[in-house]
Amino acid sequence: MSSQSSYNDRVVRQFTIMTVVWGVVGMLVGLIIAAQLIWPSLNFDVPFLSFGRLRPLHTNAVIFAFGGSALFATAYYVVQRTCHVRLAYDKLAAFTFWGWQAVIVLAAITLPLGITQSKEYAELEWPIDLLIAVVWVAFALVFLVTIGRRRVKHIYVANWFYAAFILTVAVLHIFNNIALPVTLSKSYQIYTGVVDGMMQWWYGHNAVGFFLTAGFLGMMYYFVPKQAQRPIYSYRLSVVHFWALISIYMWAGPHHLHYTSLPNWAQSLGMVFSVILLAPSWGGMINGIMTLSGAWHKLRTDPILKFMIVALSFYGMSTFEGPMMSIKTVNALSHYTDWTIGHVHSGALGWVAMMTIGSLYCLIPRLYGKQAMYSTRLIDVHFWTSTIGVVLYAVSMWISGITQGLMWRALNDDGTLTYSFIESLKFTYPYYGIRLLGGLVFFAGMLVMVYNVYMTVRRTVPEPQAVIQPA
Amino acid sequence: MDINVARGLVTVALLILFLGIWAWSWSRKRMADFDAASRLPLEDGENSPASGETEETPS
Repeated sequence: MSSQSSYNDRVVRQFTIMTVVWGVVGMLVGLIIAAQLIWPSLNFDVPFLSFGRLRPLHTNAVIFAFGGSALFATAYYVVQRTCHVRLAYDKLAAFTFWGWQAVIVLAAITLPLGITQSKEYAELEWPIDLLIAVVWVAFALVFLVTIGRRRVKHIYVANWFYAAFILTVAVLHIFNNIALPVTLSKSYQIYTGVVDGMMQWWYGHNAVGFFLTAGFLGMMYYFVPKQAQRPIYSYRLSVVHFWALISIYMWAGPHHLHYTSLPNWAQSLGMVFSVILLAPSWGGMINGIMTLSGAWHKLRTDPILKFMIVALSFYGMSTFEGPMMSIKTVNALSHYTDWTIGHVHSGALGWVAMMTIGSLYCLIPRLYGKQAMYSTRLIDVHFWTSTIGVVLYAVSMWISGITQGLMWRALNDDGTLTYSFIESLKFTYPYYGIRLLGGLVFFAGMLVMVYNVYMTVRRTVPEPQAVIQPA
Repeated sequence: MDINVARGLVTVALLILFLGIWAWSWSRKRMADFDAASRLPLEDGENSPASGETEETPS
């Protein structure tokens, strides 16, 4: 078989396996810091085990290592399958794999050492930022040239979402990280004051909108129809909600800066756009869930579909919760409380992780020439651990967060605070315990996945798969 | 022209663009193309469906 007549699945397999590995690592760090919030002495007075250093390690590992590897793997797989052509530039694709892993390893070394730009979700210092930019441009080239070489007329909607994710993240990353280097491990941002805050959350919220939403919607638009063996419910809805989603997300960032020194009109603008976002977000959710319309019985027997449908349900729930929390009066209660943490995790675990896990269970047998995963029963076990884990996490953070908000703003008749801060902290303890339990249950499911994946792929010699020929 | 009038006009133009995209994607002429496109994930020529029941013939 000549090299152009088969798909490049090697890089897909590499990213797929690393998705599972980084998922376990990133969630383990999450467990450690969740435990530290209950038992602070778990940092053992070692600087690189302190919460402030491990927390960015956790967020970077789950978002960029786990989520990022999953997006690379599925984008490379989906673009080849839906364009009926081999991935462009084998060597550049291999470079994106090794380059991205190098970024992750460098992050895992520098963040515990305390080397940071102090920008949330953009902590990595300038040499690593440069490497990310180079890898990302290579990713864009490989992906877009593959689309350019397609042998079908239409660009499938999943590829539109992936392309929007890749291009926008490049722009966000480059402009948010413009800095003046002082030494190899220290730089200063060119933005100052409120402009810095605005740039940071323009980046931060669009990282949510394009990395964690558009990218994973691309995954959804391929793997849900694939696993259900039915075309997407409404293709034209996918077109409309794509353009609406990417145009509106851009403007929602200021809702992270309510009641700060950001001008009031900008806060209100961010709020209005965040509320409007409900419509395109639910367009995607409805489109995904309704794909099963007329085939609901498949949910009874197929735990992979259960993963995907529950992921879409969490997507719908957190994209309702998000706009609600962006309303200033609600935000006055929810901001700086655990409610935000609960919201993030119902999106990150419920939507992003469960969609990834479902897609990987669909993808891995196909990558290794198997009919199915080693054990469907273990997928079901994993489904239930994931679902129960997220629910425990989200509910405990709702209770703890809303109570924190209410306690912090309670006033006595004479205008003094009703509660001291330590009283609100004391209240949250049991809920931090439930959160840790939820995390543990979710993590246990990931270990089940590791076993299932290992048993599926061991001793396989994957054969190249032929590119489909034009009809 | 006052800058705020220009801003208003841009907003109106974007609204019309969006309604245009909507009308375009809902038009009857697009149906056949969209149907073909929506079948792409099911036509990747693989021969190892993991879910068992496929509706297309593997090539």
